[in-house]
Amino acid sequence: MSTRSGNARWRLRTVAVSAIVALVAVMAGTTASASNSQSKADQTSPGVTSTSILIGSHQPLTGIAAAGYDEIAPAENAFYQYINSKGGVNGRKITFKYLDDAYNPAQTTTVVRQLVLQDNVFGIVSGLGTPTHEAVVPYLNANKVPDLFVASGCDCWNNPKKAPYTFGYQTDYTIEAKILGKYVTGHFGGQKVGVIYQNDDVGQGALKGIPQEVPKSAIVAKQPYSINDLTSASGLANQVSAMKSAGAQVVIVFAVNFGAALILKEAAQIGYKPQFVMANIGADPPTIDGLLGTGNTALQNGVITDGYLPSENDLSNPWVALFKKIHDQYDASEPFDGNAIYGMSAGYLFTQAVKGAGKNLTRQSVINALNSKGASYKGPGLVPLAFSSGNHGGYTGAQIATVNNSVLTASGPVFVTNDTGPITAYTGGQPAPPASLTG
Amino acid sequence: MSSDRVHETPSEVSSSPNGGRDVAGPGATQAALGRASAAATPPTSRGPGSRHWLPTQPLVRHLLIALGGLAVIYAITSAASSFQNFEIAEVGAYVVAIAGLTLLTGLNGQISLGHGALMAIGGYAAALIGLHSSLPLVPVLILATVAAALAGAFIGLGAARLRGPYLAGATLALAVGLPAVAYRWPGELGGGTGLTLVQPTPPSFLGSSFDPQEWLAWISAICAVITLVVLANLIRSRYGRSFRAVRDDEIAASLAGIHVARTQILAFIVSSACAGLGGALFALSMGFVNPGSFPLSLSIALLAGMVIGGLGSLTGAIWGGILIVFLPQWATSFSNHFGLSKAISSNLAFGIYGLALVVAMLVAPGGIQGGVRRLVHGVRALRARSSTPASAGLNS
Repeated sequence: MSTRSGNARWRLRTVAVSAIVALVAVMAGTTASASNSQSKADQTSPGVTSTSILIGSHQPLTGIAAAGYDEIAPAENAFYQYINSKGGVNGRKITFKYLDDAYNPAQTTTVVRQLVLQDNVFGIVSGLGTPTHEAVVPYLNANKVPDLFVASGCDCWNNPKKAPYTFGYQTDYTIEAKILGKYVTGHFGGQKVGVIYQNDDVGQGALKGIPQEVPKSAIVAKQPYSINDLTSASGLANQVSAMKSAGAQVVIVFAVNFGAALILKEAAQIGYKPQFVMANIGADPPTIDGLLGTGNTALQNGVITDGYLPSENDLSNPWVALFKKIHDQYDASEPFDGNAIYGMSAGYLFTQAVKGAGKNLTRQSVINALNSKGASYKGPGLVPLAFSSGNHGGYTGAQIATVNNSVLTASGPVFVTNDTGPITAYTGGQPAPPASLTG
Repeated sequence: MSSDRVHETPSEVSSSPNGGRDVAGPGATQAALGRASAAATPPTSRGPGSRHWLPTQPLVRHLLIALGGLAVIYAITSAASSFQNFEIAEVGAYVVAIAGLTLLTGLNGQISLGHGALMAIGGYAAALIGLHSSLPLVPVLILATVAAALAGAFIGLGAARLRGPYLAGATLALAVGLPAVAYRWPGELGGGTGLTLVQPTPPSFLGSSFDPQEWLAWISAICAVITLVVLANLIRSRYGRSFRAVRDDEIAASLAGIHVARTQILAFIVSSACAGLGGALFALSMGFVNPGSFPLSLSIALLAGMVIGGLGSLTGAIWGGILIVFLPQWATSFSNHFGLSKAISSNLAFGIYGLALVVAMLVAPGGIQGGVRRLVHGVRALRARSSTPASAGLNS
């Protein structure tokens, strides 16, 4: 190595390699210090001490599903911080550790194992996503880890026999599809109906519900899409064109936010203006506006959707006012939209469950509380919860709402049903937030 | 053997072995791969750098190293936490896949960006066999390996006609397209939801409180060791020599009587089998397969792990496997520690892969293993120099 270029090359190699090795060493070092600081203090149950509760979650903080959904966990966390400022639940402050899974089930599996095995969380709360959470339900139940209030409408969380530790939360897709289908038949009877759905259990739920309310003869097209399609060059153009060629005048959509926005854009591009009826996971106006881009927000006007929580625009609703106050104090960097309401409502439900489990908080006691008293936990929901030892489903209905000028306006009666029975109107209303919360 | 000696001091060679004629063509790619591979692999001759304290007979040598490796693995898994054992199981799966890939790319000069898809085939095969039969673990792994090997034979037939960037492009299409096939048959292949696998439970003689994660780590590690022994023997055999001959100069190899296409297809089959086994182990450690578990970034990560670990080197495959599993975690905790934005934390690992790949290909073609070898050589040379001061002046 006596040549000049040889020496220069050797120096360059040494510098470059040393820099990378140093960087990786520092990165590895931060992991070591982070895991060493987790102490297994006095614990009656994993994740519980006399003054704290540690819960975990997996969330799509990055990736295709992040649009909108990445605001849910910070909002839920803001709610827990508010509760902690009031002394916590039975003297225990809640720490909510949520990790990114990028909507990739393999990553969900890894982070959930990390939370359970390494962080020793009390339970997983608001795990988000249907294909993602399905990957971890067997693991969590086999290890008797509470798996509460899954942030997805799949009816697969409602399986107390096989998954006794898993509890759903949002109105499942079948119930939602039935309520939307009833509205379509009632207001657009005789028109041709098409369905675009995500080709996993999100869509399967819709396909179970729609035919119960929309006659078979009215459905002229059904188009699935896969997550892959959302990032492909053609997007969902094929599915939208198929709707147009079939002559669908009403299009029911069960898609994540990104997909819903794509559909609206692509329909406009081909001059196709059906009546869109969209599941609430893809209809929150501020989120969809952000995806459509300024100048395109009018594309969402007239979209019909549904909701089982109060709308963020209804500041006269005491729950919305409370959540706005919490948001402005603890979550101000994120928008105050449907995702924030969703996260905080789930947070409130968790605090109810923990309180119901009593001072002697163990994993089993919170499961018992939900099985025996869960249906009585009233809160910001417009409809009741169905929790019992035979039903782990969650919310049982919804109210139709319409989007106009980025505002969601609810209308008509609140409906409740289950996966197979009739739809009835619910007149129970909403309780006011307890004084302990607002004081 | 003499060809090995020529390649012992790479990277000072400024002109390609092909006389600089095809600077940008596939031939130059082959040459670059050859240089990089040679930087990472140890010389086969018994020079001062070889491990003279091990027997020379390759099989015995490799089995002894394997036994040592198994002892080390036993120590590590016993001391590791449950979650760490879960990660070790993942590392084992990747080591198997990268070992096959490094044989294909480093030793045979064929670039494949599609090994994620072959891992998917192995994973899905293991899941389907588990769902439709009650075969025990070992037959399931063998069948998954065979399934991927068959796929590899099929792909290899087409791949044998392609070189360099064209092969890379074709395999890239495979990586993107193949996992999506599951969406097409949601009933049989689980669609977007995927298929679950029953994870093997520890046998009763280990006791009822034996950590299932540790058992999975053992399965993964034992398969990795077996794979490495088999591949090491293959590399030392005449097949290995044919692979290298075809990589270095196809025309010369065919003049020497080596059937070029058959050699390339064989390399593809072997590497596909490894990817299939790696995919099956990956699926077992997750308990789950779905198209989203085998994205394009997996194939890219395998390539990055292979090159950064050490192209053409089996020990490099071990470094690569460790890197792929732990770097994303380290990147996330690094970002959290310094409060970096989400956008940075989710892409930092891939940023480092890119940076390390560029550095590796430009100035450190041997990757980590090449660096380790240099270090060992340097230490040995220092010791040799200090023990024979009279010859110090001759060693510059």
